[in-house]
Amino acid sequence: MKVADDAPSALSALDRPNSYIGRSVPRPNLARLTQGRGQFVSDLTLPRMAHVAFLRSPHAHARIVSIDTVAAQQTPGVIAVVTGAELAQVITPWIGVLTHLKGLKSAPQHAIAVERACWQGEAVCAVVARARAEAEDACELVNVNYQELPAVADAETALEPGTPVIHPDLGDNLAFQRVHAAGDADAGLKAADAVVETTFVFGRHTGVTNEPRAVVADWNPGEARLTIYQGTQAPHMMQNLFAKHLGLEEHQVRVVTKDVGGSFGIKVHTYADEMATAALSKLLKRPIKFVADRMESFSTDIHARDHSVKAKIGVKNDGTITAWEIDDLTGIGPYSVYPRTSGIEANQIVNLVGAPYTCPNYRARARVVFQNKNVMCQYRAVGHPIATAVTEGLIELAAAKIGMDPLEIRRRNLIADDAHPSSAPTGLKFEALSHHEALAHLDAMMNYAGLRAEQKRLRAQGIHRGIGFASFVEVTNPSAAFYGVGGAKISSQDGVTMRLDAQGAIICHTGVTEQGQGAEAVIAQVAASSFGVPIECVRVITGDTDNTPYGGGTWASRAAGIGGEAAWQAGKALRANVLACAASILQAKPEDLDIRDGLVVDANCGAERLPLHELARIAYFRPDTLPPGFQAELIATRHYVPRAWPFAFTNGIQASYLEVDIRSGFVTLLKHWCVEDCGTVINPQLVDEQIRGGVVQGIGGALYEQCLYDERGQLLNANMMDYLVPMAAEMPDIEVGHVVTPTADSELGAKGAGEAGTAGAPGAVMNAINDALRPLGAKPLTAMPFTPERILEALGRI
Amino acid sequence: MSERFQQVAIVVNGEHVGGRLDARKTLVDFLREDVGLTGTHIGCEHGVCGACTVRIDGAVVRGCLILAVQCDGARVETIEGVSDAGEIAELQDAFIRRNALQCGFCTPGMLLSAQELLRAGGVPSREQIRAHLSGNYCRCTGYQAIVDAVEAVARARRGDQTRAAIDAAASQPSVTTGRTR
Repeated sequence: MKVADDAPSALSALDRPNSYIGRSVPRPNLARLTQGRGQFVSDLTLPRMAHVAFLRSPHAHARIVSIDTVAAQQTPGVIAVVTGAELAQVITPWIGVLTHLKGLKSAPQHAIAVERACWQGEAVCAVVARARAEAEDACELVNVNYQELPAVADAETALEPGTPVIHPDLGDNLAFQRVHAAGDADAGLKAADAVVETTFVFGRHTGVTNEPRAVVADWNPGEARLTIYQGTQAPHMMQNLFAKHLGLEEHQVRVVTKDVGGSFGIKVHTYADEMATAALSKLLKRPIKFVADRMESFSTDIHARDHSVKAKIGVKNDGTITAWEIDDLTGIGPYSVYPRTSGIEANQIVNLVGAPYTCPNYRARARVVFQNKNVMCQYRAVGHPIATAVTEGLIELAAAKIGMDPLEIRRRNLIADDAHPSSAPTGLKFEALSHHEALAHLDAMMNYAGLRAEQKRLRAQGIHRGIGFASFVEVTNPSAAFYGVGGAKISSQDGVTMRLDAQGAIICHTGVTEQGQGAEAVIAQVAASSFGVPIECVRVITGDTDNTPYGGGTWASRAAGIGGEAAWQAGKALRANVLACAASILQAKPEDLDIRDGLVVDANCGAERLPLHELARIAYFRPDTLPPGFQAELIATRHYVPRAWPFAFTNGIQASYLEVDIRSGFVTLLKHWCVEDCGTVINPQLVDEQIRGGVVQGIGGALYEQCLYDERGQLLNANMMDYLVPMAAEMPDIEVGHVVTPTADSELGAKGAGEAGTAGAPGAVMNAINDALRPLGAKPLTAMPFTPERILEALGRI
Repeated sequence: MSERFQQVAIVVNGEHVGGRLDARKTLVDFLREDVGLTGTHIGCEHGVCGACTVRIDGAVVRGCLILAVQCDGARVETIEGVSDAGEIAELQDAFIRRNALQCGFCTPGMLLSAQELLRAGGVPSREQIRAHLSGNYCRCTGYQAIVDAVEAVARARRGDQTRAAIDAAASQPSVTTGRTR
């Protein structure tokens, strides 16, 4: 095992003296979090702040006949009771469509339901009071007269003629459809020696951030400004949306994001209750706080992954894949979520099935339907866990059918490492991938042959272990192709402003945000390396639309690759500015000087010429001593957006080793491996921990997590007792390895790493379970989560 | 209504607090809203996630499952108190070096639960550490880094490793690198 700490980057462009690139530098912001000194939105209190509680629809679909608020308004502590119709005077509704998802349609969604509630949990009335408890008390006294309407719960029947249309103006319940054909799937299937056909089902699940969504909105009529303290991933996007729907200019809205208690894609969307909170603040002219409780989180945080995918693969006896075919159906709730839409997940599945492999024959259809359940939208690794599980599930079922080793069939079909640039059957462009190198590395790391021998030995003792794999590609570093081209005001570019302070330290303002993944550490590492100071001399400021360059924030594994490159360029620009000043002071040429370890030095021999604190002293306090006409500019801003490629695809492969108790149906995870290629590794520890956390999140979907609804659209398990999440005792140790293929689109060469773990884990676990049970004649398990009940059913024991 | 409010006296982190409290107020709401100790977090409010973990008279409890008035006469310790007293300094240090926290929301509760295990002495196995922490939900880390950090501190406290070795173990994930292409 090679320890990578302090190993200098292999990239000469980054190999500056005292470089922090490739080093496991501890994050600068952790000490206060370990001491209970974080600043989460749920911790925030402002003068005159009031609390809002929302009365939510108990019905999946109901007409709101009347709302009687008189009794609630007379409750002690209550400041206001506001219905959807009243709030609609302050805030306009929105429609979650983008033009690049052709045909995607949705209906106007209000901050608080007007006339009709479309899912159980949609807010129908707001109560504002001095304390949250008082607001909740008063909610119980609001009398809503509902006329229950038929609920569309089942996606499978949502398009049938007899099913009510949720939004009659839209004509039907089909929100979006994509059909794609490449090569000749029919000919491919005909040429196959074996065809495997099955249906993969994925449980609707959700992010379960430990800190629920939280917002404090503070409209100050005195300065006509709205300050929003919000646990969000995208402050500038939210600034735009709050302004747009409250009738303000963007400069009138400031979004401040301090510590965020977990995001994972949950906190990058427009939530009706958060928009309502801002509108209430404007209406009542005082700060209003909303913190979702756990039940509200389960019934209103976006859900994801509710897909049923009919899938087919053709293979020849030599392992060559001849065709892929999928038909995906997903139910997204009653609205496409604003502004990213709820069409992206299905779109990604169409894009990504078969993507690691060379087979050109592919036919796909995805249908996205409305239903009366909570909304679905983008959650960590959007679409990847599904596309990967479908692809990798088919591969291993096919391998079993033709009697081929699961790694061998991959070797014979994965895109060759020297075949790039290349493209997937869907047209995705791959700059450079390393599937085979990653597979070989995984093979060695896990001692595959040894594990197979152990599996065989234990099988003879009645112990049923399985090994499963999942190769994958992952979308990272998105350009404007992801959202901007569809008309969304979501920035794909990001910026860093870097300045030298009066003591020679570096202050970095960045548009990317810290969600716990370590963005602040990565920006500090890059800035320190690029400019030339010890990392202790760098302070990073994030999450404030008044004080950071305009940028997209944190999503789609973009913060390190895009924000990091902006920091790299800003550091170079500031170094040039500072060296111009140093050259002026030292009567030297800038090109003969460099900045290393906080000192201006002779570029050739490294001899100290001037400490930065002395340069700063002269520039800020004795500029009169500088030559006439010279003005020091000790600040620089640079932006970056990927231009050469729409996305920086990464790749990797995971393996799961587990044991199934065939009497109880319980799965014990023994070990998990992941080899991935995110290009330049800026901080090995942070990358590895992103992978590990992501793997465990993927395991959650594979084994435990599902939002269970009944046929009337009632969510049955909106609490953490009944909705299971991965806890420490059940999780395995996870070994992480890397192949390094930098992207040439940036000097830094870093691609994203935040979603790779989640992308591959469910497929690997599924394949391992089926590998364990195959000799017992079990029916292949393809419906997640793989509960003990489903495993016993597959074994024919119940 | 007279019984709804009760006069209570609670010692929180060595300070005498209390007063007339609403009987329905949970301890965690009392700590956060009335005492201003926001390091104790609220994650689920039904005793599952462990974000609200505090100590009452030395025992680790869920702050969301006990009413503040039930703590009349008790000594309550929160992450702020335990932290300022220096009791878990090496554990906090190990968490930082090992990146055993990402968003940090679960961390105060996780640290108090881990300290409860470590106070029992000895070097628990990884399985024992995992079992002991299984009432504290962390969505970010996948738990391995937390187990590593707790294990490193247990070894350090037993004194069977040098400080430098502990630092190395705590700060280093097991990184295996493949070839650079």
